[in-house]
Amino acid sequence: MRKPDKHTIACILFAAGAAAVGLMTDDAYYLQVLIFIGINTLLALSLNLLMGYAGQISLGHAAFYGIGAYTTAVLSATYGFSPWLALPAAIVMAMAVAYIVGRPTLRLTGYYLGMGTLGFGMIVSIVFREWHSVTGGASGFVGIPPLEIAGFAFDTDRSYYFLVWAVVLFFFLLSRRIIDSRVGRALRAIHDGEHAASAMGIDTARMKLHIFILSATMASLAGFLYAHQVYFISPETFGFMASIKIVTMVVIGGMASIWGSLFGATLLTILPEWLHAFADYEMMVYGLILMLVMIFLPQGLTRGIIDLYESSRKKHDQ
Amino acid sequence: MQEFLQYFFSGMTNGAIYGVIALGFSMLYRSTDLINFSHGEFVMIGALTMVTLTMGFRIPVLPAIIMTTICVAFLGLLFERLAIRTVRRPEPIVLIIITVGASIFLRGTAMLIWGKDAYAMPSFTPHPPIDIAGARLLMQSIWIITISVLIAGSLHFFYKKTLAGKAMHACAINKQAAWLVGIPFKVMILLAFGISTGMGGVAGTIIAPITMPAYDMGTMLGLKGFCAAMLGGLGSLWGSVLGGFLLGILEALGVGFISSGLKDAMAFLLLLLVLYFRPGGIISAVSVKRF
Amino acid sequence: MTSDNTILDIETASISFGGVRALIDINFSLAPGSITGLIGPNGAGKTTLFNLVTGIIPPDSGRILFMGQPIGKKPVHELVRMGIARTFQNVELFSSMSVLENVQVGMHTRTSCGIFGSALRTPGIVREENRSLEKAAQLLEFVGLGEHAKRRSADLPLGWQRLLELARAMASEPQLLLLDEPAAGLNTNETDMLGDLIESIRGRGVTVLLVEHDMALTMKLCDRIIVLDRGRLIADGPPRSVQDDEAVMAAYLGKPRNDAKT
Repeated sequence: MRKPDKHTIACILFAAGAAAVGLMTDDAYYLQVLIFIGINTLLALSLNLLMGYAGQISLGHAAFYGIGAYTTAVLSATYGFSPWLALPAAIVMAMAVAYIVGRPTLRLTGYYLGMGTLGFGMIVSIVFREWHSVTGGASGFVGIPPLEIAGFAFDTDRSYYFLVWAVVLFFFLLSRRIIDSRVGRALRAIHDGEHAASAMGIDTARMKLHIFILSATMASLAGFLYAHQVYFISPETFGFMASIKIVTMVVIGGMASIWGSLFGATLLTILPEWLHAFADYEMMVYGLILMLVMIFLPQGLTRGIIDLYESSRKKHDQ
Repeated sequence: MQEFLQYFFSGMTNGAIYGVIALGFSMLYRSTDLINFSHGEFVMIGALTMVTLTMGFRIPVLPAIIMTTICVAFLGLLFERLAIRTVRRPEPIVLIIITVGASIFLRGTAMLIWGKDAYAMPSFTPHPPIDIAGARLLMQSIWIITISVLIAGSLHFFYKKTLAGKAMHACAINKQAAWLVGIPFKVMILLAFGISTGMGGVAGTIIAPITMPAYDMGTMLGLKGFCAAMLGGLGSLWGSVLGGFLLGILEALGVGFISSGLKDAMAFLLLLLVLYFRPGGIISAVSVKRF
Repeated sequence: MTSDNTILDIETASISFGGVRALIDINFSLAPGSITGLIGPNGAGKTTLFNLVTGIIPPDSGRILFMGQPIGKKPVHELVRMGIARTFQNVELFSSMSVLENVQVGMHTRTSCGIFGSALRTPGIVREENRSLEKAAQLLEFVGLGEHAKRRSADLPLGWQRLLELARAMASEPQLLLLDEPAAGLNTNETDMLGDLIESIRGRGVTVLLVEHDMALTMKLCDRIIVLDRGRLIADGPPRSVQDDEAVMAAYLGKPRNDAKT
């Protein structure tokens, strides 16, 4: 038996911390914000696997988030299926779409890949908006039921908090396993140099497709969790700006960093809440912060703060 | 036929606008390898400034267009100087987020200045629509198409005939070589930003009378202009204009003969088709670098 | 003609890029376990030939057989699986990864864990991972980098990076190893060590084809030398005879030739 590694210990500590926060927080508003942080962490993590580790940018990731949300909404509310049947459907749907879109799109690189994923994301969000009969159109979809298991309903904020963070924790562990495996090494090799990677015998197209599908699945799961938390979804939650927001979470938190995803998601979930205080200035301040962070700390806040700290310590030592 | 002609006219009008916006993307990309996601917001600011100048200050159309263009171009220069040039690590992903940040910032600022309401503005000249084979052609459409072609023509002239234009073209081909022969490429990048956003401003002024300008009109216009640029081949000037017209016309026909829900999707469907099958754009014979 | 005694056969292979003929009717075969040097002035087509053999570009005409099988339009990664490995002229390591991980990536085709396997981490997968760690460590010992397994590959000095590339290429258990200027940027000591390493790689039954500008090393190491000039094969034989060949002298020293104007 191997000794538990650093990441496992970090996860155990994190789980304990998250549980403590969940038990101690009574305020419904805070619990809700924490739930959204969890959902966004899952989203950021999903994109980080694709973008941070494998180096494949996606400006349309919110589409998969939306596919998860709308699939479960339509199946559970319109057709009355149990959400637990809708869940595999949402996942299969996301996987199928990722497979079909990924094959041609992942051949592109750089800006062109960005544009391809952007186009895909826009088309999906337009479908959500225009397919009135199924999605409810621009005004949204109402009446999504809460999750229930063996008579126990996840209809309180606390129970949902635990559900969401358990899922997040699961994917933290899973992501670490994948990153440290043959597959993870192949993905990082593709990031560092695609030519060299294929010269090592890596089927780069296949690897990229695999991680794209996994990433889409995780985003779809986040959408599922989102839909059953808010009971109401509308297309703009899954549009272009949402995709950009996920990318921002990854970049600000730190590319190729699992805990960075948590950090980035936390920051970008809390920031708008905090900016409500600015009322009409909210959008302006948000845009400004985004620009400033990217101009001065392009490697992300986590990395940037560590670098600043280290350079100041070096100065101190001299 | 009459119906077709009507859609064709509206397609030409929108297409001309997409073309001018695409030109802004293309010329900036050509000179700086950068895609400015806030380009649409400059169009929006152009349109709203135009409304304020003509409706609020009662300034005649032509001087108002010139003033707006100068204002928006100046804003573009500020953006390059304050944000783009200070970037520490100019990688595509960082630049994408910065320009998206700028677009949110500009939209937020515009909302503070102009509020959330849409404005109405009369056509440049109060001429009744012209009847051609039963289809109505708006006077403003003629203005839009004429001015767009004029802009494309002067940009062509700028690149081919002026020293600054040739220098900028040299920068676009090989920065190192340009630097070696003494072309100040920082100034060239600044200039490219000025011209690109200035063209966005002009696009805003000419569509102001037909779109009911509002603070949130920019994003979609920008994205579609971008699709048009890709369609014609990013970096190719006449390609962008052509891509704009093609997108405008296909969009209008799609709305007219298939479904109105298709209006916004058309641009992105075409974008994907081009990316998958001809990433160099539909008219380019050579394959572009996919970096 | 293919015979059992060859591992690589290049049969009248030609390729041109936009009108420029990069390789013209190239013909040669490699015997198993041999070390062959590929030399020629800049622009002679050495890199292009490497690209043909590793499947990056297919020839316009002619064909290439590896162990009797035509490589046709097989993708690059498939050829690695068949047993062709290479190093790069400008070292191309995976810079964000550790030295050890770089070698493990080299083992990609000899391991099988997929995305589900890595997530489930079954006993079989754990065994495979341990085996790969062990073998990577052995290969690092082989090239003399055993102590540096945990370092980031980008932090190694150039000479060590070349050795690491060699270890990484060996990790795929190749039959044929292509080395693109392995001694470039190395000092005399390091070059000597590299020569010994290549010799012991051959000792493991691997056929080596190398492009190298260090003539002393090439002459010492190779059983046979093939000289390319402007896309044509102009000499082929043991080092001694190639050294005295007039066409080779002309190619390198630029003596006027009949076809110089073409």
